[in-house]
Order: sequence, then structure tokens, then C-alpha cells
Amino acid sequence: MKIWVYAESEGDKATTATLELLTKARELADTVEAVYIGSNAAAIAPQLGEHGAAKVFTADQGDSLAGVYGAAAIASIVEAEAPDAILFAQSYDGRDAIAHLSAKLDRTVLTNGTSLAVDGDTMTVGTAIFGGNTLVDTAFDGPKPYMAAIRPKSFAAEPGGAAAAEVVPIAGAEPGRAGEAKVLERHVEEREGPKLEEATVVVSGGRGIGAAENYAPLVEELANLLHGASGASRAIVDAGWVPYSKQVGQTGKVVKPKLYIALGISGATQHMVGMKGSDNIIAVNKDGEAPIFSVADLGVVGDVHKVVPKLIEALKARG
Amino acid sequence: MHIVVCVKQIPDPAVPGELNPDHTLKREGKLILDESDSYGVEMALQLADAAGGGDVTLVSMAPNDEVSGLRTALAMGAAKAILVSDDALKGADALTTSKVIAKCVERAGGVDLVLTATESTDGYTGTVPAQVAALLGWPSLTFAKHVELGDGKAKVQRQTEAGFDQVEAPLPAVVSVTAGVVEPRYPSFKGIMAAKNKPVDQVKTGDLGLSPDALVSHQNITQVEAAPAREAGEKIEDDGAAFERVVAFLDELKVI
Ligand SMILES: Cc1cc2nc3c(=O)[nH]c(=O)nc-3n(C[C@H](O)[C@H](O)[C@H](O)COP(=O)(O)OP(=O)(O)OC[C@H]3O[C@@H](n4cnc5c(N)ncnc54)[C@H](O)[C@@H]3O)c2cc1C
Ligand SMILES: Nc1ncnc2c1ncn2[C@@H]1O[C@H](COP(=O)(O)O)[C@@H](O)[C@H]1O
Repeated sequence: MKIWVYAESEGDKATTATLELLTKARELADTVEAVYIGSNAAAIAPQLGEHGAAKVFTADQGDSLAGVYGAAAIASIVEAEAPDAILFAQSYDGRDAIAHLSAKLDRTVLTNGTSLAVDGDTMTVGTAIFGGNTLVDTAFDGPKPYMAAIRPKSFAAEPGGAAAAEVVPIAGAEPGRAGEAKVLERHVEEREGPKLEEATVVVSGGRGIGAAENYAPLVEELANLLHGASGASRAIVDAGWVPYSKQVGQTGKVVKPKLYIALGISGATQHMVGMKGSDNIIAVNKDGEAPIFSVADLGVVGDVHKVVPKLIEALKARG
Repeated sequence: MHIVVCVKQIPDPAVPGELNPDHTLKREGKLILDESDSYGVEMALQLADAAGGGDVTLVSMAPNDEVSGLRTALAMGAAKAILVSDDALKGADALTTSKVIAKCVERAGGVDLVLTATESTDGYTGTVPAQVAALLGWPSLTFAKHVELGDGKAKVQRQTEAGFDQVEAPLPAVVSVTAGVVEPRYPSFKGIMAAKNKPVDQVKTGDLGLSPDALVSHQNITQVEAAPAREAGEKIEDDGAAFERVVAFLDELKVI
């Protein structure tokens, strides 16, 4: 089997989700190659090679949307190169790419995957539904290439010690009218400390923290003391208390830290699907019946305004 | 200005989901408007207003001639709807759904903008918006958290991992909007009454010129099982000293 991975980057680093997909592809297929859309393939290709890509097909999207341009680039070479499957990260650009390519090639897609299996010519994608309570395996049964989008953190990322990847430019991408969407400006939101998806400790706040101005002294402060990242439920993102980039859950980020602390979060299935995989969970909620307690290793039934300040004080006292 | 809003009608998300023996999602009882799509409806009404007037047409694909959710969106102020209900669409995948929606957009005629949510609450495939755009051969602007129309273009703030990008595309285009972009209005009593008489164009896949072999979903559920449950651990009431137990727990984990 030949598997392609749609690779993405942040600056000059391949995203962790990309490296996770390459690592898994290496386990499933004898040939692993990547497609990278961007102007810095020279910097990205060695990282992709180290994680298993023998070749990196690349094109520069200019000011077009990377995913949209990527779909056109892949469509222009897919017949000649004949990959059996193409894997995408469940990311903004990954979703654009898989969706446009699916329509172009008239192929079904499986998205939100959390596991992958190959048996001969068959590929099966596992997804978790009903807030992660039920696991469903779905197999492709049509023509190749199979196309799947996989949630970040589904697999470990490990270098395979392979040789440098060969970089192959793609010349004939024709995005058509889809390519008329142009990026005029990029806004990068400030972030301190570790990334939410990569932090060992994540402290998230929900509606129970009461007001936007309580987020910094309760949630961020505790996260900082534990050298972690701060997250949020969708309720307080929609309310405008914190930016969307902090949202944990079905429509936000999936996190699997060593420790997840939920402050004033009820534990809706859509939130839990994003944090249930954490090694350890602490929840503070004043409602003893809150669903979050059903997954908490340590549940504190109490008021965040009472428990958290004392906790912060105790941690500071220890220095 | 003619705006199409895709609205999915779904089982009440508050009721725990269940699968049929054939692994399709149980959709018994009344379906409701997917809350995620209420943002698209509101956005369409506001954009049409800002453009000095225009038509807002709803497009929905749903089983059993379901109109409850459409009536909600019509009551908010949309003018009319196209509903595709056809047994041939049972278990349709996202691409098939997108083919149906793209044909409905053509049927609506003279459309400048298609609005969708970023993902549906019950299926959350999350690919329909861009698939519809690709089938129509239009640009797609996905994950928009702010939308404006002007100079014949859609201009959006597109959510990214790092923040957002200012992105624009000439119309006609497809835009998917994130939850919370606008505050959806509650239908007024007058709106609810008016909605009862607004036209719903009920069509079959044949009416849209879609042949049965264009509607095959090339995927097959092979196994369904319960996920290993996570056990609840220790639970304590805060008596003023619960923080001490938390500190001890953090010590055990060696995170402090
Ligand atoms: C399609 C879809 C996708 C979604 N995606 C996501 C997602 O990605 N992430 C997400 O989080 N949600 C998501 N949601 C929303 C989700 O259903 C819930 O509405 C949301 O998670 C609730 O956030 P919350 O727990 O902060 O608020 P609430 O449910 O209002 O809970 C607040 C909690 O705080 C407690 N509380 C109140 N005061 C205090 C106090 N002083 N001290 C301690 N506890 C207190 C209350 O007992 C309550 O349990 C999604 C919903 C839909 C329909
Ligand atoms: N059956 C449907 N009828 C109307 N719109 C739909 C339907 N399915 C999906 N959509 C639209 O596409 C968005 C994304 O859906 P999905 O890709 O299924 O997550 C939804 O939020 C709707 O706006």
C-alpha cells in the first residue's frame, strides 16, 4: 500500500498532527510520501523525511488558501502517482483540502478518525460518536484513493531515522475559481507558555467561573503555576470571554495532557470528547451531579471562587 | 442579493443518540433546526438587510418530508425553502449530501452566496461546505467568524490555529460560519404565523437530475462497540480544605 500524508506546518516546523500521521502511515504502508503546500518545502521536507516520507511533493500556494490550492495540486498528479490512500489532519486547512479533493475526484471521505487499520487492500477508519461513548469502524468500499481526516493526538509521533526525503515540485495545479479566494492578512494571537495541545497540564475554565475577568486570576494563574496551558469550554468562547483558540472539545482542540483540570465546566459530551483521553482529570464544580465528575479521578464539589484561590496560594507558598 | 442558507434538521441533541440495526443514526420523532445553522440564517438575514434587501432561500435535505426545522428558520425571516426528501438518500455520505445541496443551489437560481455552518451537530463531517463549493466550482471561505459583503466580494475573518486570516473571494461563493458569529433572533409570533404560508419546494433527487449511481456512498460500517468507560475516581465535598487534597494529588502526579 502507498499512503500519502497531506503535510502542514507552523512557520518552519511541521505540525505535530502531520508527524503523527506519517508515523502511523509508516506502520501501515510500505511506501509513505507527503504533499506539502507552502513556500518553505526545503525546511519542512527533512522533518517529514525523518518521520517516514520518502518523497515530498510540493507547490507554493502564493496568497491562495493552502488547503484549496493543495487539493488542486494533488488532483493534478494523483492519477500518475496512484496513492492508495491520502491522510489529512482534522485541521482547518486539512478539512479544506480533503473536501475540495473529494469533490474533484468523486471520492467519499471519512473524517474525525481516531484510529486507522489496513488489511490487504482494505482501509478502516475508527471514529468515536455520541461524545466518545461509542466506537464505530468504517471501511472504504469504493475506488481509490481512500481519503480520511484524522483528529490530532490519535497517534504518537516518532521519528523513524529514515534518509532525507526527495523534494518533487508539482507544476500543474489548476484551482480554477476556487483559487480566487485570497488571504490578505494574517493575525496571530499572542500566546504565552506551552501550546494547548502539547502542554503536560491543561487548566480549563467554563461558565462556572462567573465572568470574563475571573479567567486570568483563576484559570491562567493556576495554569502558569503548573507550567501548563489554559483552555476553555465553548460556553465562554461563544460568550467572548476568551479566544476560540482556547476551546477544548468536539469543535475545538483535542487535548491529552498528563493532567486536565476542569474549573466550573459541566461536562457536556461535546466538551468531554476533547479531554476524556487525559491521563488524569481533576474537576471542581459546585454541582455534585455535574457529568464532569463521571470522568474525574479527583472531583471537588465546591465553589471555584473558594477552592481555586486557596489552591493557588498553597502552590505559591511552596514556591 | 440572493443568499442560500443550508440548514440541517436533526434529532434533538439533548436526547442521547442511538443507532439503528443497520448502523444509521436513529431519526425518529420530530427533527429540529440544527442550532449551528441558526447562525447562518441570522447572518443571511443581516447581510441581505445590509445589501439593501434580497432573498434568503433555505436548502435542506432531510427524511420523511420533515419541515419542522425549516419552519423555525422561515419564522426567523427566510423567504422560502427547498426541501429534498428521498428514500434514495438514506445513509448518504457527505459528498452525496453535497451533490444534492449543489443541485438545489442551481435550482434556487441566481445565487450570490451560500452560507453553511462549519459542521453539523449530529454528523459533524465538516466537509459539506467546501464540497458544495467545489461541486459548484465556486471559492469557499471556511470557518468564518466575521463576514461582510462589498465590491462584489465576500470578506471574512477565517479562523486559524494561530488566530485568524483576513480572506476574500469574489461572489458567488460559499461561506461556512462558526457558532457565535451573530446572535440568532428568536422568531416573533408574527414570524411564526407567516412561516406557515411560506413556500417549501419539495423535490426528489430525480427532479434535481441526480441519477442513483451518483448517490452511492462508498463506505461501510464494519463494527460498532461501546468505548471503554472511564471510571469516576474519588469525589470530595469542599469543607474549606479540599485544596489540600488537590495539592496532594498534584504531588502524587509529580506535576509540582
Ligand atoms: C455541535 C456542538 C459542538 C460543540 N462543541 C463544543 C466544544 O468543542 N467544546 C465545548 O466545551 N462545548 C461544545 N459544545 C457546547 C456544549 O454542549 C456545552 O454547552 C458547553 O460545553 C458548556 O460549557 P460549560 O460547561 O462551561 O457551561 P455550563 O454547561 O453552563 O456549565 C457550567 C458549570 O459550572 C458550574 N458552576 C457554576 N458556578 C460555579 C462555581 N461558582 N463554582 C464551581 N462550579 C460552578 C455549574 O454547576 C455547571 O456545571 C458544543 C455544542 C454543540 C451543539
Ligand atoms: N442534510 C443537510 N441539509 C442541509 N444542510 C446540510 C445538510 N448536511 C450538512 N449541511 C450543511 O453543511 C454543514 C456542515 O455539515 P457536515 O459537513 O455534515 O458537518 C451543516 O452545518 C449544514 O449547514
